[in-house]
Amino acid sequence: MSRNIHVKHRPAVIGAGLTLFRRRMLETPKELAWIAAKQALDEAGLTLKDIDCVVIGSAPDTFDGVHFKGEYLADGAGGVGKPTMRVYVGGATGVMVPIAAWWHVASGHCNTVLAVAEEKMSSADMPHPQAVFRYIWDPVTEVPLQPNLIWIFAMEMHRYMYKCGTKKEDIALVSVKNKRNALDHPAAQVAANITVDDVLKSEVLVWPVQLLDISPVSDGAAAIVVTNENTARRQTDTPVWIDGVGWALDTTSWTNRDLAFPEYANVAAQMAYRMAGITNPRREIDVAEVYDPFDYKELHHMEGLGLAKKCEAPKLTKEGITQRDGDLPINPSGGLLGVGNPIAAAGLMKVSEIYWQLAGKAGKRQIKKPAYTGLAHAWGDLMQASTVVIMRA
Amino acid sequence: MSRVAIIGIGWYGFRPAVEEVSFREMMFEAAARAYEDAGGLNPRTDVDAFASCQEDFWEGIAIADEFAPEPIGGTLKPVFTTTGDGLQCIANAYMMIKTGQMDVVVAESHAKPSDITNIHDIMLFAMDPLTVRSINMPNYHALAALEAQVYIVRHNVPKEALAYVVTKDKRNALHNERASYGANVTIDEVLGSPYVVSPLTKLDIAPFVDASVVVVLASEDVARKYTDTPIWIDGIHWVTEEPSLEFHNWEFPVHAMRAAEAAYKMAGIQDPIKELHFAEVDSRYSFKELQFIEALKLAPIGEAHKLLLEGAFDRDGLFPVNPSGGALGEGVPLEVHGLARLVDAVLQLRGEAGRMQLSRAERAVIHSWRGLPTTTSVVAVLSR
Repeated sequence: MSRNIHVKHRPAVIGAGLTLFRRRMLETPKELAWIAAKQALDEAGLTLKDIDCVVIGSAPDTFDGVHFKGEYLADGAGGVGKPTMRVYVGGATGVMVPIAAWWHVASGHCNTVLAVAEEKMSSADMPHPQAVFRYIWDPVTEVPLQPNLIWIFAMEMHRYMYKCGTKKEDIALVSVKNKRNALDHPAAQVAANITVDDVLKSEVLVWPVQLLDISPVSDGAAAIVVTNENTARRQTDTPVWIDGVGWALDTTSWTNRDLAFPEYANVAAQMAYRMAGITNPRREIDVAEVYDPFDYKELHHMEGLGLAKKCEAPKLTKEGITQRDGDLPINPSGGLLGVGNPIAAAGLMKVSEIYWQLAGKAGKRQIKKPAYTGLAHAWGDLMQASTVVIMRA
Repeated sequence: MSRVAIIGIGWYGFRPAVEEVSFREMMFEAAARAYEDAGGLNPRTDVDAFASCQEDFWEGIAIADEFAPEPIGGTLKPVFTTTGDGLQCIANAYMMIKTGQMDVVVAESHAKPSDITNIHDIMLFAMDPLTVRSINMPNYHALAALEAQVYIVRHNVPKEALAYVVTKDKRNALHNERASYGANVTIDEVLGSPYVVSPLTKLDIAPFVDASVVVVLASEDVARKYTDTPIWIDGIHWVTEEPSLEFHNWEFPVHAMRAAEAAYKMAGIQDPIKELHFAEVDSRYSFKELQFIEALKLAPIGEAHKLLLEGAFDRDGLFPVNPSGGALGEGVPLEVHGLARLVDAVLQLRGEAGRMQLSRAERAVIHSWRGLPTTTSVVAVLSR
């Protein structure tokens, strides 16, 4: 695989949009998609007529309860009469959407792409969206055991704590930081000023996972406009380039993996770094949005992405390096723990945040140090998938 | 910019029920054959990315892409899923190679409808939950029947023309080693078979099959290293029309026409009938083959049935359509359907189609549609 310098049509993000992230939104999935899409178009100064292609992302069809969800969302996402493609890697879908938009533009097949991610989790209500996760396991060997998704995360969290000697109070700092960051996010669902003590005293779901370690059930949508260099220069003074993309899926057999280190995130990140010409991510990345559906996952992923050495992420967090005014701000948006977790939309929310940070449009969330290079990451499937984009101002 | 070639194809199944292996083993078998076909390519070292086309509800698994990497050799490599027909994976692979970043990309799709016990319920889940699903239609083929009725009435299409499509495709399928539904049936037998939903009889509707197909694509330079018979993708495009049944065009598949126009433009084709040699198009309902012939500009709108009855689209006619037997002869393997059309076309273009080989096959158009209630078509122009 070659370096990004050969890409003829360098793709740029020129607009982003987000709906509120909430449980039980009254809008239909199509309407949510359009609210986000319209905002992104408005910011880009474009209308649907200027859009050549549409890329849609949404995680399990069972959430919205619609078969052929890509077809169903096509009109809401602005894809009528256009080449419309839905891409999908479970929870990592939100960052797969801009990756697919990247190749739509970089190939020259499309000039301007509207990339939309939507999720309506609260429709899957029997009695809780967790029910959907009964069907993600191997149908022959695992489904009969009736596993619960939080169980495997509890195992992974436990393993990480054991391997790195990390205490729960150090992990809780992530939840405290992200929920506080989210107080400045207008779309946020569970922003709060909480303490480590609040996390440690919250309800135990599956030990060591507690209620405040985990992101909520959310509905929402996000959208961005990705275009080629000519249009980007014409439409805005602050285009944000997509210079590296990477994604990887590990084996389905999660039982055979090293649960303490996300190898899949490492493979995906290395691919993106190679493309963007990054050799020292810890120094060269100014701001990162790392997938944080659980607080330990932010730490886990920082290490997988090479933003911290193995077992070093809790220390960086404790020292305040990952705060908005720190040396390596992680999840200045508030992440999934603060803004919410409408699965696919949450990943695209992260890409939107990096776009706003690098374009200097993040308002109260703008990080203190100058930001030229950012990373957005998402994670999904059976703890096996990662998607990464590297963006530059 | 580098051209994109198909350098390997592999398939497994194309039977009403593949009982001896699981869907993952079907994928493995198809992948092994495709890599062998591509000159002994090693997926662990030689492939840059993998694209898999599947839908959760068909698989009975929420987040079905979890099971994609291993059978195709993609573990810890870039693998992703497109929820769409296999030809959409080809479109993605095509663009990925065109970026210049990737040299070899693999496209995969598989289907095991024989494992699905509740296809009708799944199809209801494909309808808008607020407006259409609540009607709870007793047979989802009713939507196709309504479209067929509009088409027949609007263009004065005799029912014999629909039956002719069935007899032609099933007869063609007798030459196709993958086809499970080849037969010598007469027009009277088709017209006399029981109605599923008028005007569609049992024989007007393509049955399901289990199948898996894996396709290896490569950039021009790399393709030459692996094969002496690369098949080029000269043009490919896909279009989704209005998905709400209330608003979409019931008369004519505009999505197929728009996709074809763009694909022809990419391939520099002005007059498809003259510049192409045959077509593999979706024919999951007999009338759809006629509609798609018109949408692909192989006949004027409303006139396909006249040319058909004159034998123009027969194997030995002016312009063979579905010489493989298409969906009516081969069966519908859900999202593999478009890749099945591709496999049949690639074999023809390579001159390896055996008993179904056409005398003239240098450039072809292939087309896929995803069945009702979807409105997405993919069209590709292939040449040798």
